[in-house]
Amino acid sequence: MADTVLVTRPPSSVNPLQWIRRLRRRHIILGISVFLLLLVAGTGILAPLIAPHDPHKGNLADQKLPTAWIGERTTTKIVVEFPEPGLSHRQISISRAQRINPDAALGEEVAVVLRDGGKSRYLLGTDDLGRDILSRIIYGARISLIIAGVTLGIGGAIGTGLGLIAGYFGKLVDELLMRIVDIFLALPLVLVALVLVVAVGQSFFITTMVLVLFIWVRFARQIRGEVLQLKTMDYVSLAKVAGASTPRILFIHLFPGVINTLIVVATLQVSIVILVESTLSFLGAGVPPPTPAWGSMVADGRDFLADAWWISTMPGVAILLTVLSLNLFGDWLRDRLDPKLRQLN
Amino acid sequence: MQKFILRRLAITVVTLILVSLIVFVMARASGDPRTLLLDDYASTEMWDELGVELGLDKPLYIQYAIFLGDALLLDFGDSVIDNQPVTATILERLPATLQLGAAAFIFSLVIGIPLGILSSIRRDSFWDQVGKLVALLGQSMPPFWLGIMMIFFFAVMLGWVPPSGRYEWNSFVLPAITLGWFTVAANMRIVRSAMLDSLDTEYIKLARAKGVSETQIIWKHALKNAVIPPLTFMGITLGTLVTGSIVAETVFAWPGIGLLAFDALRQSDYSLLQGIVVFFAVMYLGTSLLVDILYAYLDPRIRYS
Repeated sequence: MADTVLVTRPPSSVNPLQWIRRLRRRHIILGISVFLLLLVAGTGILAPLIAPHDPHKGNLADQKLPTAWIGERTTTKIVVEFPEPGLSHRQISISRAQRINPDAALGEEVAVVLRDGGKSRYLLGTDDLGRDILSRIIYGARISLIIAGVTLGIGGAIGTGLGLIAGYFGKLVDELLMRIVDIFLALPLVLVALVLVVAVGQSFFITTMVLVLFIWVRFARQIRGEVLQLKTMDYVSLAKVAGASTPRILFIHLFPGVINTLIVVATLQVSIVILVESTLSFLGAGVPPPTPAWGSMVADGRDFLADAWWISTMPGVAILLTVLSLNLFGDWLRDRLDPKLRQLN
Repeated sequence: MQKFILRRLAITVVTLILVSLIVFVMARASGDPRTLLLDDYASTEMWDELGVELGLDKPLYIQYAIFLGDALLLDFGDSVIDNQPVTATILERLPATLQLGAAAFIFSLVIGIPLGILSSIRRDSFWDQVGKLVALLGQSMPPFWLGIMMIFFFAVMLGWVPPSGRYEWNSFVLPAITLGWFTVAANMRIVRSAMLDSLDTEYIKLARAKGVSETQIIWKHALKNAVIPPLTFMGITLGTLVTGSIVAETVFAWPGIGLLAFDALRQSDYSLLQGIVVFFAVMYLGTSLLVDILYAYLDPRIRYS
């Protein structure tokens, strides 16, 4: 070893500018998405501390205020004695004009405020009941977070367990479980969700149950495929020869081998859970009001598009950015942890 | 081949039975229908009589058998919303849903396939970037929000198209885009990767070596082999169009079956909703069964995988 020359890179000059320039665009996008995910998770967890207003209580004096950076919208109208029918957009009666400006006289022009400007108190504006949209989005992040957590916890555990069993035992057990998986994959779950909601009403329990039904099969399939390969490895046979019990082989020897797959599947499934959950709450089949779910907030603003577009827009942006970040992060994670999965999707 | 068809058929039938079972169990879980049909002054005799009439006096498994029999005869009772037989109401709305589905399907092919081809033959070009963006947004954008945003821009602000309803040809544009959006992205991704695989084969290299023009190589040699994967995907596509129609029709007040499902949900019209669910499930599972069989027929490799 004495004569080998250890070739190392010359110590890179620690120049932050150069370092930034060397970053690829991919990394910048990844950084932004990780930042957004941390932001959503952080605000969701700390919602009561961060939210500037009560998400449920509105101030009726502040209905449909636009986002903070939008100014008031005004127009000038001519002051007349009696406005002609159909010309109310150009003319204003003297009595009304004098309420705005006491000096107004006939024939003059008066500036009329059509819509109030945004207030810095309400960064993303208010909805039709005068509730702060930002606070509702923050609490909505909390709801999404809880639902995604519970669904992935239960669905992931069921799916992983059955996937391990199906893959390890093979034969009839595998055939049976995979046929069940096929059936669940073919089930139109949004419709099932609607049926459940009409029959027993909206609830947190129903929403998470439907999502668990939706998600466990995806875990089971992926994990089962992984186990089919893992169980042919020598160390598994050796464990069997050494007299390890079946649960021990499943959980001590096989489970650690599928953890990478599990993480990748989970990350990509979170985005699907959030999308499906928001669709359900948009249709009125999600978590019941007044809980501020992103999907139902978008639905709330539908009737006010013409005069208050931000009510529907802002929560939708929250969904889009969260799901986009999750997909970007998940793709990166998949390439990093499990190149095999790239072909599967 | 027969074994494959039998297996797929069995899965379809079992899934349909599961759907009907869910619908039936939930109908019973939602409470005694007599509480809705009779008022407080009804006597015990009337109560029992109606029970016999509705079959509520029989054991549950017989009730389920009766329900299945009625469903096979397309009899789901009367809807509460308009007092018509459920099947009639659904059939009345069917053309609107089919039209919209067809428009969305055509839209997803017309945009998705050329974009997939372009981005595969000009890798890392402008069109490839556009394609990647479309694929990413297709995965990430909630369709209901996309629809509402399009209403805001193209109907409310620009006034190019009506904001909702089913009128002239231009009222089709936004609902079709909303419904087909996800499928555009999927088609594009699949065509792109199929084209890339196809362009990488020996026969393409041979054609190049022979001096065949690049246009011929792309359109004649590569594309022919690249259209099979998107075809298989069609089954899944039709499925998403069915579920997606609830969202798209709700957003655009499109008078189809999807909107009917939403109205049934709003008004708690259970018999209507169960009819729609069974109908949608049959349509969805039936088409994907047909497409799978067709594809297995075209490509022997599928039968054995």
